[in-house]
Amino acid sequence: MAIDTASGRTSSIGNAALASRFQAGDSAGAGLPAISIEGLNKWFGEFQVLTDIDLTVGKGEKIVVCGPSGSGKSTLIRCINRLENHQKGTITVNGIELTDNLKNIDQIRSDVGMVFQHFNLFPHLSVMENCTLAPIWVRKQSKVEAEATAMKYLERVRIAEQARKYPGQLSGGQQQRVAIARALCMNPSIMLFDEPTSALDPEMVKEVLDTMVSLAREGMTMLCVTHEMGFARAVADRVVFMDKGEIVETNTPQEFFDNPQNERSRQFLSQILDR
Amino acid sequence: MQWIKRNLFSSPFNTVLTLLCLGLLIWVVPPVVDWLFLKAVWGDQPVAACNAVRGEGACWAVVWAKFRFMMFGTYPFEEQWRPAIVIFILVGLLVVSAFKYFWNRSLIAIWTVGILLAYWLMAGGLGLSSIRTGQWGGLPVTLILAIFGIAFAFPLGILLALGRRSELPIIKSISVIYIEVVRGVPLITVLFMASVMLALFLPVGWQIDQLLRAQVAIILFVAAYLAEAVRGGMQAVPRGQYEAAEALGLPYWKSVGLVILPQALKISIPPIVNSFISLFKDTSLVVIIAIYDFAYAVKKSVETDFEWKKYFIEALLFSILVYWIFCFAMSKYSQWLEKDLARGHTR
Amino acid sequence: MFGSEKIRGIFWQVLLLAAVVAGGWYLFSNTQANLARSNIQVGFDFLDREAGFEIAESWISFDASNSYGRAFLVGIGNTLYVALIGIVLATILGTIVGIARLSENWLVRKLASTYVEVMRNVPLLLQLFAWYVFFTELLPGVRQSINIGGLAFLSQRGMRFAWPVDHPAYDYAGIAFLAGIIAFFFYRSYANKRQQETGRQLPLALPALGLILGLPVIAWLVGGAPTDLDIPKMAGFGMRGGKNMSPEFTALLLGLTTYTAAFIAEVVRGGILAVDRGQTEAAEALGLNSGQRLRLVTLPQALRVIIPPMTSQYLNLTKNSSLAVAIGYPDLVSVANTSMNQTGQAIEAIAILMAVYLFISLLIALLMNFYNSRVRLIER
Repeated sequence: MAIDTASGRTSSIGNAALASRFQAGDSAGAGLPAISIEGLNKWFGEFQVLTDIDLTVGKGEKIVVCGPSGSGKSTLIRCINRLENHQKGTITVNGIELTDNLKNIDQIRSDVGMVFQHFNLFPHLSVMENCTLAPIWVRKQSKVEAEATAMKYLERVRIAEQARKYPGQLSGGQQQRVAIARALCMNPSIMLFDEPTSALDPEMVKEVLDTMVSLAREGMTMLCVTHEMGFARAVADRVVFMDKGEIVETNTPQEFFDNPQNERSRQFLSQILDR
Repeated sequence: MQWIKRNLFSSPFNTVLTLLCLGLLIWVVPPVVDWLFLKAVWGDQPVAACNAVRGEGACWAVVWAKFRFMMFGTYPFEEQWRPAIVIFILVGLLVVSAFKYFWNRSLIAIWTVGILLAYWLMAGGLGLSSIRTGQWGGLPVTLILAIFGIAFAFPLGILLALGRRSELPIIKSISVIYIEVVRGVPLITVLFMASVMLALFLPVGWQIDQLLRAQVAIILFVAAYLAEAVRGGMQAVPRGQYEAAEALGLPYWKSVGLVILPQALKISIPPIVNSFISLFKDTSLVVIIAIYDFAYAVKKSVETDFEWKKYFIEALLFSILVYWIFCFAMSKYSQWLEKDLARGHTR
Repeated sequence: MFGSEKIRGIFWQVLLLAAVVAGGWYLFSNTQANLARSNIQVGFDFLDREAGFEIAESWISFDASNSYGRAFLVGIGNTLYVALIGIVLATILGTIVGIARLSENWLVRKLASTYVEVMRNVPLLLQLFAWYVFFTELLPGVRQSINIGGLAFLSQRGMRFAWPVDHPAYDYAGIAFLAGIIAFFFYRSYANKRQQETGRQLPLALPALGLILGLPVIAWLVGGAPTDLDIPKMAGFGMRGGKNMSPEFTALLLGLTTYTAAFIAEVVRGGILAVDRGQTEAAEALGLNSGQRLRLVTLPQALRVIIPPMTSQYLNLTKNSSLAVAIGYPDLVSVANTSMNQTGQAIEAIAILMAVYLFISLLIALLMNFYNSRVRLIER
């Protein structure tokens, strides 16, 4: 176990070693990690929000990112599909490096799906139209093809009967499930979740988490920012704890919850677990 | 330096824009500043001083020379202290109304006193010499048209708003017809109507003076816009308030006066302030029916004087400046107010 | 009996109706008496009488021997003419300024804000006077007109510019233009259908240009490709030839445009700000490019917020065109005013005025309600 006293960061297993451990279990021919982040640094003006982030996500891996607010966890995953840019370091998604090159960005975005805290469904389009918009205009599918794909995923998230309705007519939980289906309709290989249940009423959190769990069980690579520790225990391969823009601790969920190595992790856990 | 790069030159397109704007400013601003300020003639100087710089510098001396007329029109010279006080009273009313401290019943009392005082000072009687409205002029007239206008339009506007929301068909129809007709026509037509038709409506032999006609027109016009603003406020009052008042057994007028209106009016304040700003600008239209408001006084002050006649541009610019100061101050207040009220709601 | 709310309601209404009718009757009888005293006949017959005054500019031929009725028609036409052009120009200018107010460029932002804060807070009447003064006092006399490229001449008398000489080729071009627009709509629905069935997107921009601009050019060529221009020339005390935009018209148009544009800028800015940032982010995350984001996500939502206040501004512009009477442009109010003064038929003239403006207002309100009900966001 290596403790870097200068910054107080702990990693129980080095990232590179972790990555190779999970890659060993991958299907043949999938040598590339899904996401590879090296030395990522980001500033908002003078203020540094991300400091020296190193993270590798293997194919099929499920990572939960947690931490107090302001820790930079949302910013981190938003950097992955270029909703935020970074000033230093590299991000590589499925072998393509994320730079200002628009072509790369578009390619990465069509392969990475994102689900937002506030759903961000298009209110002027029906559920079906929300799901077919990108396949038609980005993947250039025909309407028939796009609708078939959409129905498939709407059924997966158990909301197919609402296909002709508009977002304004649905509950929060229903809207978030539609948002998940919308992202899936582009057939991404990686799904990013930015606090998907934080804006939901408690009774709706379960239906969304169930959807995410079943998605995880099918082998989707997932990077999820969330406070839902039950979900982390059930599904995550790794938990990444961030504080003040740095990765403080990385571990399996079991180890992280039962045996936090770092003082800051302990503090955070005690705050969210005794509620 | 960093700031300059980020805000002015962040992209090639922005760089081009910045250069174009700077070029435009460099081309326009120096000669304008030169004419407006540097070579201009200020202060109480004879017209010859202005003639000397004609074409190169503005003649602001015309403002000094014609100041009294621009401000007070044809009001008798010795009594001009009276409209001067009136200006302060009326502006004072606006300033007082801007403070939340006064947003209660006392405001009605304050306005009533202010208006009566202003009227007495302008018209005379009870110890002051009588001056008929035909001699009133200048800035007090503009302020009177606007302030008396909105004051008297308020009760009418509220009645119309209540009428429009009523379920009784005749009351509702009359209100809707009034509001939609008045809002659908330009203020000029209402002014014409008042200036021409009001005289016909009165019994044979009765006279009604010009200023009063314009005032009535303005009151009737503003009332329709106020009605819509108040109606919007009433729609925004939660349904629960109406139901609670009913459940308490409050009869209609009491529930409206004590529960609904106070809340509705508070919500409607921004659109009401905006209506007043528009009204203030619209009072300038009385120029067309030859009423001596501020704009008309400024226009006439140079038109009739052979020597100063050619400096009407400076006079026009002066009147534009005065209106701008009033309206800009009020609109900045309105923007501040909207933010302030919104803050109070979002907890 | 008065305890019942329904009875009370009926009672008050009957009372109000009686008051209104009684009041109306009172005003009516006074009016009759007053009119009888001044020997004025009520009625619209005066519209057939000879007008006896000239109108400086008109869309149909008019001279002093035409009827008052025709004069009113000229007034209506002039009002609609300046209002329509004003609406188009103000929309363009207002949209540009509105977008400029949101620019990342500090200088552009500040200039746009200054424009809005100045133009909004000065009465339109004074702005019209200022424009009028510019066009009649500050521009040179006709003999020293500012020469723009030998084809346009700017002076106190207005802007006189060269115009193509009448030729059937221009009529063909006009028809071709309309045909081009219709053809484009057909092409667009064909392209949409193609996309729905196969996913392939046919280009829209170039064919649009080709049809709407190309067809008229071809028609013009076929018609003989005439290039003769009627160029204004000095003749006696003024200029002849070409077409002229009077200083009154120009001042009114520019005044209305710049004033209304300031308000439209705020409407556009509000509309763009109203679209949640999350919407553009979701569209980005889905991989839509910036043109697609604008067209499919941002604009549809922004327009819903923009259109109602925008139409209200269009209405204001139309009503404000009535200020033309102050600077001498012969719009409807100006014609009505002259007629009123000459015949004394004030009530009829004002009634016509109000009827015309009311008609325009109601038309615009109906169109807007129709648009609103069609694009209403469907909610629970």
